[in-house]
Amino acid sequence: MIENILTASVFASAIRLATPYMFAGIGEMFGQRSGVLNLGLDGIMLMGAFCGYYAALTTGNLALAVLAALGVGAAMGLVMALVCVILKAEQGIAGIGMYLFGLGMSELLFQQLVGTPRAIDGFPRLPIPILSEIQFLGIGEIFFNHNLLVYVAFALVPLALFVLNRTPFGLMIRAVGQNPAAADAMGIKVARVRIITVTVGGMLAGLAGASLSVALLKVFQQNLTSGLGFIAVALVYFGRWRPIGVLIGALLFSFVNALQLQMSAIGIDIPAEFAVMAPYVITLLALIFASKGTDKPTALTKPFDRGG
Amino acid sequence: MPIALRSLTDRLAQSAPLVLALIAALAAASLLLLALDADVGAAYSALFQGAFGSPNAAAETLVKAIPILFVAIGVCIAFRASVVNIGGEGQMIIGALGGVSTALAFGATLGGWTIPLALAAGFVAGGIYGGLAGFLKARFSVNEILSTIMLNQIAVQIMNFLLNGILLDPTEAGMNNIPKTARIVELAELPRLAIGIPGLIDPPLFDRTRLHIGLLIAVALALVMTFVLWRTTIGYRIRAVGYNERAARYAGIAVGRQMILAMFLSGGCAGLAGAVQVLGLQYRLQTDGSPGGFTGGAGFNGIVAALFGGLNPIGAIPASIFFGGLLVGAQTMQRAVGIPAALVTTINGVIVVFVVSSRIFVQARQRARANPPPAAPIASAPLPEAGS
Repeated sequence: MIENILTASVFASAIRLATPYMFAGIGEMFGQRSGVLNLGLDGIMLMGAFCGYYAALTTGNLALAVLAALGVGAAMGLVMALVCVILKAEQGIAGIGMYLFGLGMSELLFQQLVGTPRAIDGFPRLPIPILSEIQFLGIGEIFFNHNLLVYVAFALVPLALFVLNRTPFGLMIRAVGQNPAAADAMGIKVARVRIITVTVGGMLAGLAGASLSVALLKVFQQNLTSGLGFIAVALVYFGRWRPIGVLIGALLFSFVNALQLQMSAIGIDIPAEFAVMAPYVITLLALIFASKGTDKPTALTKPFDRGG
Repeated sequence: MPIALRSLTDRLAQSAPLVLALIAALAAASLLLLALDADVGAAYSALFQGAFGSPNAAAETLVKAIPILFVAIGVCIAFRASVVNIGGEGQMIIGALGGVSTALAFGATLGGWTIPLALAAGFVAGGIYGGLAGFLKARFSVNEILSTIMLNQIAVQIMNFLLNGILLDPTEAGMNNIPKTARIVELAELPRLAIGIPGLIDPPLFDRTRLHIGLLIAVALALVMTFVLWRTTIGYRIRAVGYNERAARYAGIAVGRQMILAMFLSGGCAGLAGAVQVLGLQYRLQTDGSPGGFTGGAGFNGIVAALFGGLNPIGAIPASIFFGGLLVGAQTMQRAVGIPAALVTTINGVIVVFVVSSRIFVQARQRARANPPPAAPIASAPLPEAGS
């Protein structure tokens, strides 16, 4: 029984399914560390997913698909940043606005430009030579036989760690999120740092969407993400605003997703509703436990007023 | 400045950003229509005709506005306590489950009491579900925006589970298994609404349309909640917490309790939206299994309407009708000019972003009023030398 469920292919698919969470979660983490909660992530992902899909469908060029997703993500991230940082809008509500915009716009464009879901070739598997041949415990299949975006997503973790903890800009991000007044007194441009982090977060969210439509599912349809972006926002809380935490959270969620697919595939009879509900319940519980820590950026969701 | 005049100019100053936001959103919509190569004039005309062009169209607009208004009233209440309730979708679903279970359980045994009881059950069920998010915020400081979003998704699955199980219409079992409950008894159906005066408005307006008295319930609720918020101690405490949490705490107000209460009332309003939708329109609870399958997105549109109504329940009434019209008109527009109705969701998003962005101008004005520049009174006071 258990050996039918916990197969190497389930672990492999968990690794693959983690990609959109990783891109979106790591990007969102940068924004939140600097003090901005971008709740519009799901809308940005949908737009990234559509633009990437459309570019791949019409040109067949995957680099162009990635660029399109990054571009639309950056644009939406920039708008969100300006609204939250310069106009000091309530971040939660502005995020819902961005979400509705992305949800409506991606469907509008899809119906207008494509019509019916058409599959694309998307990113091919890119087995890593030698490593993907490892048979022991299925390690080769689990870790080294994926498409390019999967590797990039995981490479993002050490990169994020480095940027956040080992570079002057990372220090600025943390200062701006913890104590914007002190950062400002030190001569750090609070608004500029926040605008950069949220824009980069938007880019990564766009890429997260494309990883879903161009690499994982290879198709686009209305509301493709079905709320995945909101889970990614919560993942940052779950991961206590740390890259490793986000990684662990992303893997946990994708593992639950993979398990759910596998169980329904081999016909284990648990009501589908509970399986679908599980990630949300886990997130809610995680939020309750995460609240006890003191890792939360002090200035999160608080616009900075320079005064005077 | 006379006080009456000042409050009038205040009101105008407060609604000016809303009007500007609307104009900006219309401009954005027009640009979008142009980009989609559509005839802008024809599109808007189809939109308006579809929403208000005939009594039947207007009735459909009002029907769509009803759940939006209920949710919007709730969003206003929570917002007054500085709690952002994004959970309208979930609370509406749980409220509908409470309402339909009550109506199905008691059937005709309660006579005329079935409707009030089912509505109350809807309010309480939605209220508890909203209050849960309030409790998590007050007790564990869980961000209510995130918790209500999770609770929305959980509610959809609870509904799907119940509709595929114990609440499934017995006549459906073993057949197509379309997830829906049995039909409620006729006694539990909300009466239809028609406005007529013999000899003057004859035949009555909205006769033979789907418009039901849920509209009156919603408008009454808006009035009641306005009274509660601005004329009772309960409302005073809620607003005090929203205005300045720390000051409220020092004044001896149990801040956490007010947040839970505000979320209970807020969720209750959304719960009523669900119950009224069942008792007044569908006469059963049914869904297609998707997140918006039952609510039709009213939980999100209610947030938009609340914002657009200036975050007060009375203002939410015209705002809800506007957004109801947008939804109904978009269907006509889709048929007439071939623009997908998803345009409305897009425009709603644009409106939300514009409205929250414009609040900075209202707040700047309020701050200027609260802290007048120190130079002003000195300059206007007569100089001591002048008198001596």
